[in-house]
Amino acid sequence: MTDIRADISYSDEKEARFSDYVALLKPRVMSLVVFTALVGLIVAPGALHPIEALAAIIFIALGGGASGALNMWWDADIDRVMKRTSGRPVPAGRVAAGEAMALGFALSGISVIMLWLATNALAGALLAFTIFFYAVIYTMWLKRATPQNIVIGGAAGAFPPMIGWVAVTGSISIEACLMFMLIFMWTPPHFWALALFMKSDYHKANVPMLTVTHGRKVTRAHILVYTVALIPFALAAGFTSIGGPAYLLLSLALNAVFLQGAWAIWRRTELQAEADGYAVEKRVFRFSLAYLFLHFGAFLAEAALSRLPAYAEFAASFKILELF
Amino acid sequence: MAITREHELHKRRSGRNVGLALVLVAFIVLVFGLTIAKVQSGASLQAYDHSYRPSLDPDNVRYPQR
Repeated sequence: MTDIRADISYSDEKEARFSDYVALLKPRVMSLVVFTALVGLIVAPGALHPIEALAAIIFIALGGGASGALNMWWDADIDRVMKRTSGRPVPAGRVAAGEAMALGFALSGISVIMLWLATNALAGALLAFTIFFYAVIYTMWLKRATPQNIVIGGAAGAFPPMIGWVAVTGSISIEACLMFMLIFMWTPPHFWALALFMKSDYHKANVPMLTVTHGRKVTRAHILVYTVALIPFALAAGFTSIGGPAYLLLSLALNAVFLQGAWAIWRRTELQAEADGYAVEKRVFRFSLAYLFLHFGAFLAEAALSRLPAYAEFAASFKILELF
Repeated sequence: MAITREHELHKRRSGRNVGLALVLVAFIVLVFGLTIAKVQSGASLQAYDHSYRPSLDPDNVRYPQR
């Protein structure tokens, strides 16, 4: 009798967990998509049934996740080189590139069709265009071709509030366009501020970031120019149906601080920046996140303020107020 | 060594299966909820149902059936 010993070793380090598939959808980007789409949906005139609204938000987020998965499939070679992205599921070897592609295409189809069925065809078409724009125009074409990649690619991130608005109204309006422009013009200064203190990563991956192709002095000037160009759109939104005095006041203050930060970045030399560890660039980058969050928060606040009389009337009709 | 021994690998796969199951259940619940919402807020739900009904014909709008 022979003693058979099968020495089977299986490296399960590379076996994907459920969380790896969630990571493919870029949950942090999705959270921004959910927030801005929700604002677009709430501030739009009219209302969806709560379940329709919930479905709209879920499928807009899923569409964003699908484009994230397609991005991770296509960019696995770049992600492998960059320190910040080398731990992602595809470059780390936990998820096969083909799996990421399949997940991306499947979720794209599901999210577009379901958003169309839950709301309307234009919202579904806009979501499809957003996924196409991010996956094909940005990821496959512009990202490796031009240092203006994030300027045009930023449009993909700017669509969600417009989709939220269209999901309710069925049409595109000036308010939806201004919300789009707010994110579109905000993206370049936000990312270039990041690129200034994360220089080595993009350089290693040969991604033509403006800092690599045109130098850091030009990038500093671009941050200032785009910040100046952003301000009219941010303020203009205050004069439409989604704005108001509270929004305008907050927007004025936020734009003043952002402009001051962009000015400070433009005035600095590399020596000064290196001396204090890019303190100003890091501060402006962090502030830019608050800038966008507070602008959209102000849209929400204005919507709540303008609807207060209607809510009070609604509550009074049920004699709820008599309790107080 | 028993062939049924639980390996860490099985736990991972089980986690993936449970995760996928929850996603599918959530999707079913959402589609069901959407259906109810659409039916509740829907327009006229009447249809011809295999036989011609003059009351539903747009040409008869000027002479509505009582």
